[in-house]
Amino acid sequence: MRARRFLSGGWLSVYAFLYVVFLYLPVIFLPIFSINTAPTPKFPLTGFTLQWYADLPHTPALLDAAWNSLKVGVSASILATVLGILAARSITRYRYPGRRTINGLIMAPLVLPEVIVAISMLLVMLQLGLSLSLFTVVLGHVLVCIPYSMTVLTSGFEGFDRSLEEASADLGESAFGTFRRVTLPMVAPAIISSLLVCFTISLDEFIIAFFLTGTEATLPIYIWGQLRFASKLPGVLALGTLLLVASFLLMTVAEILRRRAARRTQNQGGIYA
Amino acid sequence: MTAAAEGSPPLRMTRARRNALLQSEPVQGFALISPTFLYALILLVLPILVVIAHSFWTQHYLTIDRTFTLENYRVALTEPIYRDLLWRSLYISLTVSLFTVILAYPIAYFISFHGGRHKSLWLFLITIPFWTSYLLRVMSWKVILGYNGVLNSGLMGLGIIDEPSTALLYNSTAVIITLTHAWAAFAILPIFVSLEKVDRTLVEAATDLGDGPLRSFLRVTLPLSAPGVISAALIVMIPTVGDYVTPKLVGGKDGVMIANAIQAQFGKAANWPLGAALSVTTMLIVTLMAGATVLIIRALQRLAR
Repeated sequence: MRARRFLSGGWLSVYAFLYVVFLYLPVIFLPIFSINTAPTPKFPLTGFTLQWYADLPHTPALLDAAWNSLKVGVSASILATVLGILAARSITRYRYPGRRTINGLIMAPLVLPEVIVAISMLLVMLQLGLSLSLFTVVLGHVLVCIPYSMTVLTSGFEGFDRSLEEASADLGESAFGTFRRVTLPMVAPAIISSLLVCFTISLDEFIIAFFLTGTEATLPIYIWGQLRFASKLPGVLALGTLLLVASFLLMTVAEILRRRAARRTQNQGGIYA
Repeated sequence: MTAAAEGSPPLRMTRARRNALLQSEPVQGFALISPTFLYALILLVLPILVVIAHSFWTQHYLTIDRTFTLENYRVALTEPIYRDLLWRSLYISLTVSLFTVILAYPIAYFISFHGGRHKSLWLFLITIPFWTSYLLRVMSWKVILGYNGVLNSGLMGLGIIDEPSTALLYNSTAVIITLTHAWAAFAILPIFVSLEKVDRTLVEAATDLGDGPLRSFLRVTLPLSAPGVISAALIVMIPTVGDYVTPKLVGGKDGVMIANAIQAQFGKAANWPLGAALSVTTMLIVTLMAGATVLIIRALQRLAR
């Protein structure tokens, strides 16, 4: 009897609630201490201030890093999404030998230790004589973004009714015309969702950028540098809070779009399936 | 089509055949995926091969001697510092994957069996913190566990301790806590997916045949969700072995892991071949550990039935 109650919703929902608290609590401290007057993050709170935020725009190094992150994020998300579209389309539309192996290889960066991915790319780039710059960071970010892009896009492409394309071809559209006028409108939300997911990953990614950048810092690298100085912590907390909010908004929009895409092609799943 | 008709019969034949080949499913599918495939080959497979090659070479100040040697592996496996770091990394990643899976299973179960209409909302809620910067999540644990941190000042405020405890931060426990939190969402998703696939009529059948809820859970639901448990364990275990940020920020001297040593070889120590050998060793050992985990969970699954 007790076991039944234990396995039924009651206790589990309490646990689920506590678990969500555990997930969110550490993250919540960043915004809390970013508006606290004391420079060290401890209780009790000393008072409300927006000073740490007001200081941010007056830090040239930070603005440079933000601009770099924006450039890297936009380039990486576009490239990764284009490569993701090709691969996701191929995986969902065609059957051919080696399909699973190739898919496995493309998804591999998801489960490899990031440090090893980063240093192996570093070795090759140095061997090829590429000088480290934001460009090499973009190359690295594209590699780690493709698996996520693929996941979002396959959920948008799967269950896509092929007869619609066939109808369009029968009615005289060229292959490209069919893609532009039938396929693309159906999968557009998935594509935008993939762009947003990739941008968020690139914006937050640290290890690969840390190894592959030259002298130019992205935002996480800037934060990493500031962490050495205890006095800079409130500014880092304020910047971190802004990044958290940006990631949260981008991911929420991406999820809404992905669901719309899945609904258009009458398919369930996605990142969560 | 008209162009093909103009050619001589044999030419028309080959051209038609070539067109048929070009339009066949496998060729079109492969052509479409080839840019992405090539990208992964050049930026993932080739680099890993280069790392493997380096691991058999020797560093001479600024140049690299390309005669084959196993010396780097000898150092990686027998030098006490590297051996200890490897063991510690394996211990930490095993502990973290065990904790994340045990903590995640009830949540995945709850969402799958009791989530009702709000399943995707729950999943969204749980994955959101994961999409925030990893660096920032680690940093927030530093804020919590630090000497002047949230936990210490909170406990002192409540009168539970008199002076800040130094035992919270800069050790392997801090690394384990931080990593368990950071990878939580990763473990929930695969378990949830496999629980969704569990045929609910089987659970009903077990209950109808007299199994209590706990027994039917242990004998039906749990074994059937084993594939999800396996992928959850692997998806946490493999990347955490090579974690760099967490040990660096909250690990202190006692929480250093193998990735920090690898980074040092490519940075300050400037011994690329040794760094490469450490990377290859880590990858091999984590593969063995992953294989062992799969076998153990499969054996348990068979026992449960």
